[in-house]
Amino acid sequence: MPKAIPIYIRAIPALAAGAVGATARRAAQEAPASTARRRFLEGSAVLSGLLVAGTPIALLAPSRAWAVALTHIDQAQANALMDLARTLYPHPTLPDAVYALVVKDLDVKAADPKTAALISAGVAKLDQQAAGKWTNASADARTAIVTANQSDPFIQLVRGQCITSLYDNDMAYAHFGYQGEAFSHGGYLTRGFNDLTWLPNPPADASPPVA
Amino acid sequence: MTRFDYSDDSVVVIVGSGAGGGTLANELCQKGVKVVLLEAGKRQSSATFVNDEWKSFGQLAWTDTRTTSGNWRIARDFPQLPAWLCKTVGGTTTHWAGASLRFHAHELKARTTYGAIDGANLMDWPITLADLTPYYARAEDKMGVTRTNGIPGLPGNNNFKIMYDGATKVGYKTCNTGHMAINSRPRAGRASCMQLGFCFQGCKSGAKWSTLYTEIPAAEATGRLDLRPESHVMRIETNAAGRASGVVYMDADGKQQRQRARVVCVAGNSIETPRLLLLSESSKFPDGLANSSGQVGRNYMRHTTGSVYAVFPQPVHFYRGTTMAGIVTDEAAYNPKRGFAGGYELETIALGLPFAAAFLDPGAWGRDFTYYMDNYANLAGMWIVGEDMPRESNRVTLNRDVKDKLGLPVANVHYDDHPNDIAMRNHAYQQGEAIYTAVGATKTLRTPPYPSTHNLGTCRMSARSRDGVVNKYGQTHDVKNLFVSDGSQFTTGAAENPTLTIVTLAIRQSDYIADQMRRRSI
Repeated sequence: MPKAIPIYIRAIPALAAGAVGATARRAAQEAPASTARRRFLEGSAVLSGLLVAGTPIALLAPSRAWAVALTHIDQAQANALMDLARTLYPHPTLPDAVYALVVKDLDVKAADPKTAALISAGVAKLDQQAAGKWTNASADARTAIVTANQSDPFIQLVRGQCITSLYDNDMAYAHFGYQGEAFSHGGYLTRGFNDLTWLPNPPADASPPVA
Repeated sequence: MTRFDYSDDSVVVIVGSGAGGGTLANELCQKGVKVVLLEAGKRQSSATFVNDEWKSFGQLAWTDTRTTSGNWRIARDFPQLPAWLCKTVGGTTTHWAGASLRFHAHELKARTTYGAIDGANLMDWPITLADLTPYYARAEDKMGVTRTNGIPGLPGNNNFKIMYDGATKVGYKTCNTGHMAINSRPRAGRASCMQLGFCFQGCKSGAKWSTLYTEIPAAEATGRLDLRPESHVMRIETNAAGRASGVVYMDADGKQQRQRARVVCVAGNSIETPRLLLLSESSKFPDGLANSSGQVGRNYMRHTTGSVYAVFPQPVHFYRGTTMAGIVTDEAAYNPKRGFAGGYELETIALGLPFAAAFLDPGAWGRDFTYYMDNYANLAGMWIVGEDMPRESNRVTLNRDVKDKLGLPVANVHYDDHPNDIAMRNHAYQQGEAIYTAVGATKTLRTPPYPSTHNLGTCRMSARSRDGVVNKYGQTHDVKNLFVSDGSQFTTGAAENPTLTIVTLAIRQSDYIADQMRRRSI
C-alpha cells in the first residue's frame, strides 16, 4: 500500500493544467487557489511542479502536482538553491519535488536572521561568479563554481542540508529502491532477505537455513 | 518498585546500564546484593524503538557535546561526534549489531606477541584466556550466541551471499554468518530474528540480546534493583579514608542528589567513564580519581575500522536482514608478514538510504558520489574491525573551554592513527576490494572510519599500579571500593568486537565483588 506523501505536496489545479514534466516552477501570483494566494501574502515564494507519470514517486503520490510554500526565502533565492542542490547532488531523474525539500528545510532555518543573511550573501556570490545569473549557467559551469567555493560556509550549509533532506523521505526511498520501515511488514524473512539468485547459495555450514 | 534510600550506604552503585553495568547489576542482584543503577538516558523498549535511522539516532544516541582533536579523520568530518554510543537504558547494547567473538590467547599477550612497537603503549593483560574461558562460556549462554550452546547460525542474507562468494574465490577458509547474540530460533523467552535490517536502531523483535530486556528485568525480578533512568552522575565522592562514599547526580527532575554507596562501579563506556573519574578530582586526588598512574583517559582505542562498499550489476538490497551476520575471520590471526602487528575481522554491514548518504563518503558531493546513491539497490558492504595500537597520547581529557548542559567540562577525544593502524587498514581495504572484485563488482569504494562504535582502553587493566588504572578484576588500584566495569578496562583492543568480552568481564567481576563484600574487604 503506497505511503501518503507528506502534507507539503498538494494539488494546485491551474498549474496541473499547463505544466508537464518535473521542472516547472512558478511564482505564487499565478496560482488561483485562495489558500495559495493567502500563503503568498504571508510568505515570499513558492516552488511547484508536476511529477512524471508512471515513476515510482508519482505512483506514491495522491496527486502529480506538488508545491512548497516558503516564508523567509524569496523566489530568486529559492530557484538558486534548487540549482545549487542539483549541482551538489545531481540525480537526473530525481524530480524537483525532492530537491524542493532541501529548500523547504533551509527556509525553516532562515527564520534565524544570521542564516537568512548567509543564504542571501551566498546566492549573490553565486550570481556574481556566474557573470550575473547563476540559474542560467550550464551544469558544468555551476559545478566549477561550486568546486571553487566548496569550503564556503554557505555551500557547506546547503550541502549538509541536502544529505538529510534529499535522502531521508518517502519519495527518495521509492526512487532509490530503499524499502524503509520493516517491522510492521514482518521484516524481510518472507520478503526477500536472501532472494538474490545471481550467485550460488552458500553451503549450510556457512549459512544455515531459516530455523 | 524497589527504592533504596539516598542515605543507604550498603548498596552498590553502578553508573551506566549497558553491557557492563547492566550485566553486573543483574549478576549482583542474583547473588543477593542491593544495587542502585543510575542511567543518564531514558527507558525505551522494543515497542518504542523506531525503524528510522535519523529518528532512532535522536532517540538513543549520546549527543551531549564532545570535542575532538588529532589527525584522525573524525576530527575533520565529525568534530563533535567522536563516537556513536548510546544514552539510554541498556546503553549501547540497544544499538550494537550482535557480533560476539572471543579474544584469541595471543591478543591478551599483545606486548609479548608483537614485541615493543615505537609509539605504541603495548602491554600484556594481567589475565590470560584461561582466566576468561569459563566466563566466556557463561556469557555466550546468557546472550544466546549462535554457533554456541547448540544454537544454529543465522541464515545469510544477500549481502552475506556476496561476501561468501568473494571470500571463497579469494581463498579465505572461514566465512560464515558469524557468532551472533541474535536468536536464530526462540530462546530465553525472546523471539527469533525477523531479518528486519534495523539492528542498529534497537531490535523491535527482541531477538538481539540487549540488557534492556534481559538483564535489567531479571534484576528487577529479584527485588534488589533500584534502576533510576535520566540520572546523570556528575561526580564520585570519597571520604577521609580515601574510599568512594557515594555519587552526586542530576535526577530526572533536574535536582542534584547524593546517593551513598558501599561500592561504586563505573560503566559509562570509554569516554564518560574516564571523564567521570577526572571530574571527581579533589585535594586528595588532584589529577582525578584513581589516577595515580596518570593513565585515566589514556590509551583510547577505537579499532582500525573503515568499510568497503561495492556496486554490482544486479540488485542486492543489502539493507534487508541482519546488519552484520557475516564474517571472514582468517585475517584475525597474528601474521606479521603482512606488514603490521595484530589482526582484523571483516564483517558484513549495511546502511539505509539516509545513513548511506551521510556516511559512505563524508563531505563528498557531485557525480562521483551520486553514482553510489543511484546504485543504492545494488550495493554490498563490509566493515573492518582490527586491533589498533594503544597510545598514551590518544586520550580522553576534560575540555575546560566547553561546558555541557550541567555546567561540566565536556570530554575531548584526541586520536592520531599509528603507522600500524594505517598499514592494517590499507591491507584490509585491499582485501575487501579483492573480495568484491572477485564477485564482479563494477566499482568499489573505501569508506573511512565512522564515529567510533568501539571505544576502549581508557582505564586499562595492569598488573602494576603505575601502568594502568585497574587490576585484573577491574578494581581501581587507588580506591578499593571503586571499580571500572566497561570496555575502558581493556589493556589492548584485540581484533574482535568488544561486547562479549565486556559481558564476560562483568560476570567475573561480580563474582569478585560479591566475594570481597562477603569477606568485608570492601
